[in-house]
Amino acid sequence: MSLTIAEVEHIAELARLELTQVEKERYRQQLSAVLEYIAHLQELDTADIPPTSSVLPARTALRSDHARQGLTPEALLRNAPDAEDNQFRVPPVLE
Amino acid sequence: MTNLTDLALSECIQVLRSGEISSEELTGAYLARINSLDPILQSFLYVNEHHARQQAREADRQMAAWRQDPHQPLPPLMGVPIAVKDVLAVENMPATAGSRILEGYIPPYNATTVQRLLDAGVIILGKTNTDEFAMGSSTENSGYAVTHNPWNTAHVPGGSSGGSAAAVAARLAPLALGTDTGGSVRQPASYCGVTGLKPTYGRVSRYGLIAYGSSLDTVGMLARNARDAALIFTLMAGKDPLDATTLDLPVPEINLDSTPRLDGLRVGVPTEYFIGGLQPEVEYAVRQAIQVLASLGAQVQSVHLPHTEYAVPVYYLIATAEASANLARFDGIRYGPRLSADTMWDVYRKTRGAKFGSEVKRRIMLGTYALSAGYYDAYYGQAQKVRTLIKRDFENAFEQVDLIAAPVAPTTAFRIGEHTEDPLAMYLEDVFTITANLAGVPGLAVPVGFDQQGLPIGMQLMGPHFGEAVLFQAAHAYQLATDWHLKHPTTQGEMT
Repeated sequence: MSLTIAEVEHIAELARLELTQVEKERYRQQLSAVLEYIAHLQELDTADIPPTSSVLPARTALRSDHARQGLTPEALLRNAPDAEDNQFRVPPVLE
Repeated sequence: MTNLTDLALSECIQVLRSGEISSEELTGAYLARINSLDPILQSFLYVNEHHARQQAREADRQMAAWRQDPHQPLPPLMGVPIAVKDVLAVENMPATAGSRILEGYIPPYNATTVQRLLDAGVIILGKTNTDEFAMGSSTENSGYAVTHNPWNTAHVPGGSSGGSAAAVAARLAPLALGTDTGGSVRQPASYCGVTGLKPTYGRVSRYGLIAYGSSLDTVGMLARNARDAALIFTLMAGKDPLDATTLDLPVPEINLDSTPRLDGLRVGVPTEYFIGGLQPEVEYAVRQAIQVLASLGAQVQSVHLPHTEYAVPVYYLIATAEASANLARFDGIRYGPRLSADTMWDVYRKTRGAKFGSEVKRRIMLGTYALSAGYYDAYYGQAQKVRTLIKRDFENAFEQVDLIAAPVAPTTAFRIGEHTEDPLAMYLEDVFTITANLAGVPGLAVPVGFDQQGLPIGMQLMGPHFGEAVLFQAAHAYQLATDWHLKHPTTQGEMT
């Protein structure tokens, strides 16, 4: 399993990662090697095996629906790189 | 009294309560040792020096009042200092997860595990180093510092809880919290010669843990001995309304005073864990330790975990897929640094590209690929099915035995830089530990000897779901019969 640079660029776009040319080539080689190793899994016949998404018994966790004191806007915004009027400030998202 | 920092946690509790030593003295002794040795070891990312001293004085006041009126309840860990891995939120202390993308982040709340221990009276010495977002087996992937193994500073401490393991081994803390997604408590415990628990999935709350692989993440601890680990485990475990995966099951009292024998205990030795590539000294030490369990009355037999060889590829698909989703939140908007750009899209790409380290980007890429259109069934779907087979291996084994004994890792601590260019070699260090995470079962690492270079070797005890008590009883009996857990390194730079 060998990835192309175009595939690496596509994955990086999906993951919102800007990569340098050097990184793209390094990840192409390293991810190709890891995928080749992982391909080992295909040798198992799992047609009748159900998937495990959690080791816990399937259940829905319920709690009573009552209001409680949460964190203040000041506490939540203290870590923001840019904030204004109790809101996170970001570049324009619409033209 | 000998060195205060030689006392195990349970001994600290006694001398603090009796008034023989104050929390200010004990906390001060640890802070002094951190200041003297951590410039070499780099096990802490943040030392809470000023507040820890203040809290110690407050604990001393409360204990003085309690000694006047001992009918008042006193929290069980009053005045005891501990360290916390830097992936858990502690209010008003930096939390970086070892990543530059969280530089400067100060959480406005406590993780549930931290809150429960603070309620029990602990003092937090600081935050310990970790591979970035707990992704790694050596603590070399930290965005801030490389932690050194106190037994030989040219070697890694293991990872990702390498800062916690090094700190406990070097007696910079009597105990430290760690987290284990694929072996990140047990493997550094083994490399540093300390005792480390990965609890059952769903037993200990992850609220306030910066998530890596949500179906695998657990919060555990690194300790001087099984008794100390058991005490902290019982205080942290149990249902938490803030973590829906915690189960509402009673937390057993773990009585370790009356278990010097292991008569009738059935111990399974998995054939698949004693394979080519296992360092001969590791095999020898683990087999000797199993002999000790037998001499204490345990019945030892072989068991099979036939899908062990598939665990590494299953893990690296499931953990990275979950990580690619969990780490989407780090986008330069709500916390951490932001690289400026004209569009939101470029803010995300530039901030994430510049501030995530190379291993984190590699795992996000792998996970994104495994979940992407056209590949989901072949990679992620197949991994989830093979996970079922690995889980069934353990269910079958635990019909025959009460616990499983095996090596923690195939080798002792490798040299700093030895595996950094070869991610696959690094991933294979986790071959014996990730199975417990995939199956959700508890695992306890205990020191059982040293190799010819003087580096520690660990044995791992694994039990059925919610079987922590039997692991602690076996480890405690082993530690009463042996003294490996009492050995400690003379760290370079230490005054003897």
